[in-house]
Amino acid sequence: MLCRRIIPCLDCDLAVPGGRVVKGVEFKKIRYAGVPWILAERYYKEGADEIVFLDITASHERRETMTKVIKKTSERVFVPLTVGGGISTVKDARKVFNAGADKVSINTAAIENPHLISELAEYYGTQACVVAIDAKRRYINNHEKVADKIIVDTPQGSCWYECSIYGGRKFTGVDAIKWATIVEELGAGEILLTSMDKDGRKDGYDIALSKKVCEKVKIPVIASGGCGKPEHIYEVFNKSMVSAALAASIFHYESYSILEVKEMLSKKGILIRL
Amino acid sequence: MKIAVIDYEMGNLKSVTNALSFLGAKPIIVKKPSRLRGDKIIVPGVGAFGKASQNLRPFGSKIEESLESNIPLLGICLGLQIFLEESDESPTDKGLALMKGKVRKIETNLKLPLIGWNNLEIKKKNCPLFKGVEGGYVYFVHSYEAVPEEDVVAATTEYGRQICASVWKNNVYGTQFHPEKSGKLGLEILRNFLEL
Repeated sequence: MLCRRIIPCLDCDLAVPGGRVVKGVEFKKIRYAGVPWILAERYYKEGADEIVFLDITASHERRETMTKVIKKTSERVFVPLTVGGGISTVKDARKVFNAGADKVSINTAAIENPHLISELAEYYGTQACVVAIDAKRRYINNHEKVADKIIVDTPQGSCWYECSIYGGRKFTGVDAIKWATIVEELGAGEILLTSMDKDGRKDGYDIALSKKVCEKVKIPVIASGGCGKPEHIYEVFNKSMVSAALAASIFHYESYSILEVKEMLSKKGILIRL
Repeated sequence: MKIAVIDYEMGNLKSVTNALSFLGAKPIIVKKPSRLRGDKIIVPGVGAFGKASQNLRPFGSKIEESLESNIPLLGICLGLQIFLEESDESPTDKGLALMKGKVRKIETNLKLPLIGWNNLEIKKKNCPLFKGVEGGYVYFVHSYEAVPEEDVVAATTEYGRQICASVWKNNVYGTQFHPEKSGKLGLEILRNFLEL
């Protein structure tokens, strides 16, 4: 049977030569963590099942820096590499594929031009097209009726989830859970599901969100946002059907190695590649 | 050692050529059938069977010639599937028919595409591709499975039931998984192919 995957995520600031890995808190504050391809190779050797690079600068001039990061990484790292951030056309995608990426992750461009999902799926296969969804809870009052939204009960109250684009700077009114089913139909191969409420807070993944999206789609879902310790990964695997868990800071600052986390999960009965 | 990697415009080849270079081989990307030569040939490929069939057809006779000269051939993922006769994915397009059988949509209630690391169960212990390999996890990405109608399944993987993970017939090898993306174990399997 398929193993659950552990995916370290490198948020890359490409404004400096060669780029650097940074980590934001709730999509805002920033800390520095290291050189992208060096971290990537360390994670590969520690047993990362896949590596995600997110370009958080994502302006056109800096795309070349990402190309270099991927090129250097892919020469020495032999697990799937996903690149996201600022990819808005098939041409943008082609550049990172040619550099050695295996998948691209799109968010803003997918919402603004859903056809891009089908185009990418057609050119590179559905497996190469990951749609990232940044979801923000919108709590509702008991008696309030929100037309056309999927309501989810969370420990903090009932809410629907709104899709955000431009790295959390713009809200769209789009229901994230409905959007997940639409991107599946359009040809997305996976969904990278980030909880904006949980991201950077290190108090666990959004279980209610992860569960709901997994119920609605058949394609694999990657949970993201909120991982502060290995137990959080166990919790999201145990309580939802997500195929993979993405985490950044718990690996970056050497609090835990990927191997340690995987061993712990395996001991608790989660099927993991060791 | 020169390894011809056929570029028939089905997905990117970079991962495969990177892994070959890492192992010390010299990958040569071949776009024209007339230029198909090398110590070994690899057919990579991700995407749809129909387009793959159309794009690979011009290479058909050259591939057969190479096989007759005992040059080993490795198909990866869609590259394996195209070695069979036909696929549910595109019933009007034909495969290379290097082995009997079809490619069928994976019937399952589990998630599709099948993406991720799955266990490898070696069925043919004498298959040179798996020399020194006891099993372990390798990386798969697919929605269709090869269903050969002759005894060529060299390894299987479990997804609700056993499905084909690798084929072997004479000089023709195929992996449904991506050895170039399967970490150390994948590199070991690729190295076995290079050492044939």
